[in-house]
Amino acid sequence: MSTATTPKLKTSAMIASFADPGQKTMSAPFGHALVKAAQENDKIVGLTADLGKYTDMHIFAQAFPERFFQMGMAEQLLFGAAAGLAETGLVPFASTYSVFAARRAYDFLCLDAAEPNLNVNIVGGLPGLTTGYGPSHQATEDMAIFRGMPNLTIVDPCDSLDIEQAVPQLAASEGPTYLRLLRGNVPTVLDEYDYKFELGKAKVLRGGRDVVFISSGLMTMRALQAAEALAAHHVDVAVVHAPTIKPFDAATVLAELNTDRLAVTLENHSVVGGLFETVASAVVTAGLGKRVVPVALPDEFLDAGALPTLHERYGLSVQRIVAKVLAELA
Amino acid sequence: MAAIDELHKPGKISGESATERTARVQAAAFRIRHHALTMGEVQGQGYVGQALGAADMFAAVYADQLRFRAENPEWEERDRFLLSTGHYAIGHYAALAEAGIIPVKELETYGSDNSRLPMSGMSTYTPGMEISGGSLGHGLSIAVGAALGLRYQGSAARVYNFLSDGELDEGSTWEAAMGAHHHQLGNLTAMVDINALQADGKTDTVLRTEPVTEKWEAFGWYTQRVDGNDVGALLAAFDNAAAQAAAVGRPSVILCDTKVGRGVPLLEDREKAHFMRIEEHEWQICREQLSAGYERKPER
Repeated sequence: MSTATTPKLKTSAMIASFADPGQKTMSAPFGHALVKAAQENDKIVGLTADLGKYTDMHIFAQAFPERFFQMGMAEQLLFGAAAGLAETGLVPFASTYSVFAARRAYDFLCLDAAEPNLNVNIVGGLPGLTTGYGPSHQATEDMAIFRGMPNLTIVDPCDSLDIEQAVPQLAASEGPTYLRLLRGNVPTVLDEYDYKFELGKAKVLRGGRDVVFISSGLMTMRALQAAEALAAHHVDVAVVHAPTIKPFDAATVLAELNTDRLAVTLENHSVVGGLFETVASAVVTAGLGKRVVPVALPDEFLDAGALPTLHERYGLSVQRIVAKVLAELA
Repeated sequence: MAAIDELHKPGKISGESATERTARVQAAAFRIRHHALTMGEVQGQGYVGQALGAADMFAAVYADQLRFRAENPEWEERDRFLLSTGHYAIGHYAALAEAGIIPVKELETYGSDNSRLPMSGMSTYTPGMEISGGSLGHGLSIAVGAALGLRYQGSAARVYNFLSDGELDEGSTWEAAMGAHHHQLGNLTAMVDINALQADGKTDTVLRTEPVTEKWEAFGWYTQRVDGNDVGALLAAFDNAAAQAAAVGRPSVILCDTKVGRGVPLLEDREKAHFMRIEEHEWQICREQLSAGYERKPER
């Protein structure tokens, strides 16, 4: 593959785009969705910990300067204050990177927001493997950390459409939520399907006789692309998108899994504690003797580097997904 | 005792002299201490020493400063009192009983199964308890958010955060201190109970926090340090803060040096412990010493 004319892949910016060349995208869907929601609900406020520009919160800050609170590079204050704002009846959306929300501010989110079940909405940038900066910025275990927190709703959106439709629903839902943010130029994928985001629901995007994919986040985009690629190998793949990780729509997913098809989960997260284990526990709880194959990041600290290189290295690329499915079917 | 509706008003009651005001708050502090002993006896041990030490702070807040409606603890325009130091709940419950927010009789359930009064204070259990403290160093961050939220919504309500000197070990306290100054939260007052004692021993042996006054001043707060067991000094500090800091958008902190076990010589003189053991026969002695000391006060 490597030739003299192939440009050398670089780590580039902190937030590398994972959009394919020429793919339809939307700029800052979260920021615009929050502005729209705030126009209809004057209780919505925004805050960040010195990462407004990097979490698309700056769009909101520009539209509603008096409703935006900059908390500085202080994540404990960010989420403690978000809880305090919610205590006074407001609906805060507080943004930082997922690593800082999950690892650094956990205690504050757990006790100040989740225990009193306050409407605090965590917006986490760089979920999973969406930056080449290495373990300090790669939140490969954010869902594993957050899934154990009672009352917390976890949403892993696929694309700009998911984010646009999720934001007002997160604001309207009573307790705390965590959104795995995709920011910048975010692909628009799900408009090609008969699909609407519904908090707490998994949706069948396409049917297929041989394989069923259960996916969340940006891996639903890859799942759909892999399904197309596998059609060329005469493998018919169904794709079920499960953007709400908690509470999990086990009924929809189990109905799709309870067949003879090869079952594969796909997630932009460690194989520990994310979508795969959520599905696996649902399968075991229901007493289904069903094998499930995970496409997920390894239980390791990942390398730094260029995002396409890393996605290929750790198995999130379409090519690696196709190869894995064909090997399973062989 | 002042009527409950008078207790709703902050500051001195109209027509009341400074001496009368101090005596009124001292009487509330006496009853809060008495309630704390009642709760301590239920458990046979616990955070009685801290409650006795901080009783004057609780009294100054609940009998003089806070706007609230005892019959409606959720009243939207209430001032917020956030107890960061969760294990001081024993003192806070005593103050809530004194304020008429929870029944005095209920104090006997402290720390028992199915009680609304758990050992560490939680908003989900107790009327009038605004936050779930206990994981130390959280309260001031929540207070910053509450003060921002109230101000944004045009509320005149104030936010009071009670924290301990041990919580000054936590970095989050200082994140919040910076945030409050940056956002010019004149509607926020912090009260730090400096009893110089932490779980593992004396504060200066666990982690030196002094010079505390200079730290808060450097963080931009209107800072006063008083004898936290001198009710007159506490009330004067609240008055100063209202006059000097609130209007200019400066958060204020009242650093309160207190004595663990204050008001009960038996406990004041006992070797200081975070979690104090008191023998069964000693509770009556404690009560008698408390009453004798209160009646001996020269200003009455």
